Amino acid sequence: MPDDTAVRTRTIAIEVLRYQPDEGAEPRFERFDIPYTDDMSVLQGLQYIKDQVDASLTYRWSCRMAICGSCGMMIAGIPKLACHTFLRDYAPGPLRVEPLNHFPIERDLVVDMTDFIEKFPTITPWIEPKEAKKPSEGEYLQTPEQLERFEQFSHCINCLLCYAACPQYGLDDKFLGPGLTALLHRYNVDSRDGAKDKRMELVHSEEGVWSCTAVGYCSEVCPKLVDPANAVNQNKTASAISWFTRFLPGGK
Amino acid sequence: MKRSNAPIYWSLFGAGGVISALIGPGVVAALMMDKVHYSGALALSHNFVGKLFLFVVASLFLWHAAHRIFHTIHDFGVKPGVGSWLLCYGVALGATIVAASALLRIGF
Amino acid sequence: MSARRTYVRPMEGWWTRNPFFMKYMAREATAVIVYLYGLLLTWGIVSLGNGEAAFNGWLAWLKSPLGIVFQLVSLAVFAYHTWSWFVIMPKTMPPVKVGGKRLSNAAITGTGIAVAIVMSLAAFVLAGRLS
Repeated sequence: MPDDTAVRTRTIAIEVLRYQPDEGAEPRFERFDIPYTDDMSVLQGLQYIKDQVDASLTYRWSCRMAICGSCGMMIAGIPKLACHTFLRDYAPGPLRVEPLNHFPIERDLVVDMTDFIEKFPTITPWIEPKEAKKPSEGEYLQTPEQLERFEQFSHCINCLLCYAACPQYGLDDKFLGPGLTALLHRYNVDSRDGAKDKRMELVHSEEGVWSCTAVGYCSEVCPKLVDPANAVNQNKTASAISWFTRFLPGGK
Repeated sequence: MKRSNAPIYWSLFGAGGVISALIGPGVVAALMMDKVHYSGALALSHNFVGKLFLFVVASLFLWHAAHRIFHTIHDFGVKPGVGSWLLCYGVALGATIVAASALLRIGF
Repeated sequence: MSARRTYVRPMEGWWTRNPFFMKYMAREATAVIVYLYGLLLTWGIVSLGNGEAAFNGWLAWLKSPLGIVFQLVSLAVFAYHTWSWFVIMPKTMPPVKVGGKRLSNAAITGTGIAVAIVMSLAAFVLAGRLS
């Protein structure tokens, strides 16, 4: 760094919700006053704290570029990716940084994602081809229109911001949730896939789309513009139509 | 997995929501303006379409509201039970029956 | 390795902690007025069936101070319901293509509100013929 002794260092106060299960009983805020520059993300702020102030600070991170989905946390009460959020927008603070809402806290900013992980395979998150093809027969062809139908829902990076945003998930974690419903929908509307009936069983249940009350905050916070609220609520209409037509010939 | 019966309530909620969104403000404004009187209202109710209109508006407004209130109770952290069901859907059902029988008794 | 002891945070007051949630609760709260108004209409229908005196009694309540206040509040609440309904409606729809391009959420909302204005005006005008 060039000699900037002539420049005053700017400081931001960050209040991190700490939780060390083997020490105290309750989570508590701890304040850190750190120097920052305009290009620093919240993640870099946490890294400064861990490197220079308190090595025990625990948090998840990896890519630093909003694609791995690891660094989701509550920043000033809003679910955000720490690498994608900048300290300059909250200075001089105090900026409150907390673990993602609606998940049990493991330690500091790390949450227990087990519920999400265990639900994941239940949505059949792979293509079960409508018609099996041998590799020698060539690829499954898709038009740009067919791709467009599912593409946005495939952008999910499993960051869980939508689960932190969803009050229904917070009130009852039996809800499948926005992210997994979006991924489920991604496969249902992929022209290559034939497992829709299997997935719709989950959709039709109380824990499926019927736990959603169209708050819509999930789509507000999604860093990849997946629009999970649309996936869930489109499936409400589909599920309702199916409920009424299932006993008619050709209905299901 | 057990299939939910939510679609019944949700469809009524949706229908009521659309109707109240489209003509609700108009109906409220109309009744505020001292424009409706007995003979006109009676004439409307003698007409089959008029009966249907009055029935649908009153009934669907209630089914829409009942569903929303029922789920908002849950939003406050209270698991809605039989009492909540009766206060919400029960009242909507009751009013539906009462309105239908009143309109049928009015005759044609 | 230390023993795990996960901490679950309470949900009480969740909707007070974010303006987005407050707007959601306001939207849901419109149901209270729609509920009461639906009961009012049902009472009106029953009164209609009970003859002119009963119906005039219902009309008199509409003109009472409480009746006027309730209707004024209802007007505002129904207007907010109309607005919020068509804001959330695009979320419930699969993509709609018009002339090869996907209809935006704003376009669907705008159309819905426009139709609502037309239909409410129509209902208002037609009600004027009920004298």
